[in-house]
Amino acid sequence: MKYSALSLLRNALSHNRNWPEAWRSPKPKKKYDALVIGGGGHGLATAYYLARDHGMKDVAVLEKGWIGGGNTGRNTTIVRSNYLWTEAALLYEKSMQLWEGLSQDLNYNVMFSQRGVYNLGHTLQDMRDIERRVSANRLNGIDAEVVTAVQLKKNIPQLNTSPTSRYPILGASLQRRAGVARHDAVAWGFARAADRLGVDIIQQCEVTGIRRDGDGIIGVDTTRGAIDADRVGVVVAGHASVLASMAGIRLPIQSHPLQAFVSEPLKPVLDTVVMSNAVHGYISQSDKGELVIGAGIDAYNGYAQRGSFPTIEHAMQAIIELFPIFSRVRMLRMWGGIVDVAPDACPIISKTPVNGLYFNCGWGTGGFKATPGSGWVFAHTIANDEPHELNRAFDLQRFESGALIDEHGAAAVAH
Amino acid sequence: MLLIDCPWCGERAETEFSYGGEAGITRPKDPAALSDAEWADYLFMRNNPKGAHRELWNHSQGCRRWFGIERDTLTYRIAGTFRLHGKDEG
Repeated sequence: MKYSALSLLRNALSHNRNWPEAWRSPKPKKKYDALVIGGGGHGLATAYYLARDHGMKDVAVLEKGWIGGGNTGRNTTIVRSNYLWTEAALLYEKSMQLWEGLSQDLNYNVMFSQRGVYNLGHTLQDMRDIERRVSANRLNGIDAEVVTAVQLKKNIPQLNTSPTSRYPILGASLQRRAGVARHDAVAWGFARAADRLGVDIIQQCEVTGIRRDGDGIIGVDTTRGAIDADRVGVVVAGHASVLASMAGIRLPIQSHPLQAFVSEPLKPVLDTVVMSNAVHGYISQSDKGELVIGAGIDAYNGYAQRGSFPTIEHAMQAIIELFPIFSRVRMLRMWGGIVDVAPDACPIISKTPVNGLYFNCGWGTGGFKATPGSGWVFAHTIANDEPHELNRAFDLQRFESGALIDEHGAAAVAH
Repeated sequence: MLLIDCPWCGERAETEFSYGGEAGITRPKDPAALSDAEWADYLFMRNNPKGAHRELWNHSQGCRRWFGIERDTLTYRIAGTFRLHGKDEG
């Protein structure tokens, strides 16, 4: 059923009892043309674009838990494309362009809200870096501007711009097209749209082995039986190394816990997104009124979906430094996700030494914003057995050639 | 919060320590003799296991010495700490 004002009205008349399920729950078949391992936003987007743009409809998405229950549902929902280096900027900007039409494309409201993202500068060097990044963005056709502390105070009155604070705010970069989106809706929207194109979404189906015949892929073993496939795309974020070891390949990935938390709901107080690299905190306000706050990663490797208290304390110090007005707001919930960090803080969207096996990982702390673009280029890579121009630089080979794309600290903040 | 048993100072809070990554990676004696793939493996590729992990830590706000920990990356339980010598020395 297509969602429309008419379908809303018709279902309202029957007290919303007759809505059909948004996607099927089929039994896995014995064989598919292509499998996507991982039913997060990136995996579901990959399946959707495989079916829509490449005519591959015999596709299944395998998810060990429930769709969108991993990092897709655990992030702080920020979307922006103001990356420094051209390779990264063009990839994230492709994603931004897809975001701008996504609700229409999917016939599902992903609540994409272009409320702007400010990246604060606290030192002269911060401001020089911001000038450089804003200029680089504009040369790449990405909207960006430098904002002074006076303008900041006018736009965000609650922000502490006092020159005597411990880390005084001197200015910021602003991307007006950036913003936030409803993360659950992104997973659900892609799942429903992919399902309508014939993709099987199989939940509670954990991959336990990857079967290869010499240099080629044959299929996978799962908790619901063996499934054969000609092509397998792996998009499992924090568990990329676990799947890679099943396939007998090595990745330059380290998994770390990354935490976020929300406050009790407040009246509208913050109508934009504020991020600070120097004090390391980022904050926005959800439609429910909760302040959504992100912390940094724990330094050590970890697979438990929780982090350490010192990291939370550090993020809170940063937020209260920026917004003293929030010092007595109580925090409601906190959680962690496992992020896959690459040495250059850039993703790996690549073929592998195994024919027919593709990996999409290494998004680290900033994958949500890339959801549609990641799926779009990964679908191209799987369908054509060749990367798209936009992800050619993000291959596994770059760790041998040395052509890293160093976005650590070069981008607006660590995600 | 991890409670880490430094081999020299005893149990201290996690915040006194810095993490140094996977243990047991030694710098190749003759880097020029390696292929690009072997060099990349030394520089970047990591086991990143879900489970038992031997890793390096530095007691950066204490005795400032490096040592090793065997820790489970899923439960975060520390099985033991060990002093570095020979090829484990970071």
